Amino acid sequence: MNTQEIYAKLKEKLGENKVSECVENDVGDSWITVSHDYVHEVALLLRDDEQLRFDACNCISGMDWKDKLGVVYHLHSHELNHRVVLHVDLERSENALDTTTQEVQSVSAVWPTADWHEREAYDMFGIRFVNHPDFRRILCPDDWEGWPLRKDYKTQEFYRGMPVPYPADEDLDDGGTYIFEDRFSKDTDG
Amino acid sequence: MAEQTALPEGQYGGNIVVTTVDKILGWARGNSPWPLGFGLACCAIEMMATAASRYDIARFGAEVFRASPRQADIMIVAGTVTLKMATRIKRLWEQMPVPKYCISMGSCATCGGPYWQHGYHVLKGVDIVIPVDVYVPGCPPRPEALLEGLMLLQEKMKKDQHFLKRYGKKKLDTKSSGASR
Repeated sequence: MNTQEIYAKLKEKLGENKVSECVENDVGDSWITVSHDYVHEVALLLRDDEQLRFDACNCISGMDWKDKLGVVYHLHSHELNHRVVLHVDLERSENALDTTTQEVQSVSAVWPTADWHEREAYDMFGIRFVNHPDFRRILCPDDWEGWPLRKDYKTQEFYRGMPVPYPADEDLDDGGTYIFEDRFSKDTDG
Repeated sequence: MAEQTALPEGQYGGNIVVTTVDKILGWARGNSPWPLGFGLACCAIEMMATAASRYDIARFGAEVFRASPRQADIMIVAGTVTLKMATRIKRLWEQMPVPKYCISMGSCATCGGPYWQHGYHVLKGVDIVIPVDVYVPGCPPRPEALLEGLMLLQEKMKKDQHFLKRYGKKKLDTKSSGASR
């Protein structure tokens, strides 16, 4: 099945407000946009329907499209050998340090692969997932400030007393000029 | 009479060498520096190559990579130090018994390396959290470079006077007390 057919199937079973649009692309992936409140329902249908049978979740990526944030799901069916891409759009929070105001339903109960992928999307973009079994950061330390892969990310000055950005030239001991001490030629001169 | 005032040479079969405590301890320490067995990134692969048969770090007595910081003499920081790991490195360093030494291996551990500008998660030099004795440049340094760093460290270990620092101080204090202070 191609994306259009899958979209028609989803619309027929779930109604139009849960799967809002289908974008066809000649180059690259086509995708279906899913409302953030119905991700779990859509995922269950995609996995269990006899004509769909999406048994593998290849990747879940957090996205920053500047005007909005989002999540992208890449799904594949080993049984029927077809694939589909789902998009979820989310409102951008005003404060860069905040998590998203809209929560996405977790699909880790549908595909166990999703567990760590969702934690990564949270860690890097601050996207919140509900009904996740172990929802916390996965790469950054728990007390890290901000969401590193967002476009408006500003590195924090200090982490537990350790400076984070590279020191400016004037703050370095040698004023930024590196002096190479050649101890080998000294030996030969003497 | 002459026999009484002479040095006790010959009393122990002529098998005596006179030296200082620091020299003999430095000789022993410098020739068996046990590293802490941990690696952080690709530098660790070079460190393992250094330990393997071709480069054979055992030639310098440093082949015993200890699994516990409490049994280690030197810490080879081999790889990128993330801020998350930096807190752990500091703890490992504090668990090592004195005298202890540190080799910063490669660009990442020395100054952040290729992550100096955009690496929000990387500590820009391990010397921010622990004292470093020898810096080995390279990305990653070849085993020869690490071995040279180790040899430099051995020179330093042999020169250090821990015994004098610790027990010679009292003697100096009693002599100088009352004179100038």
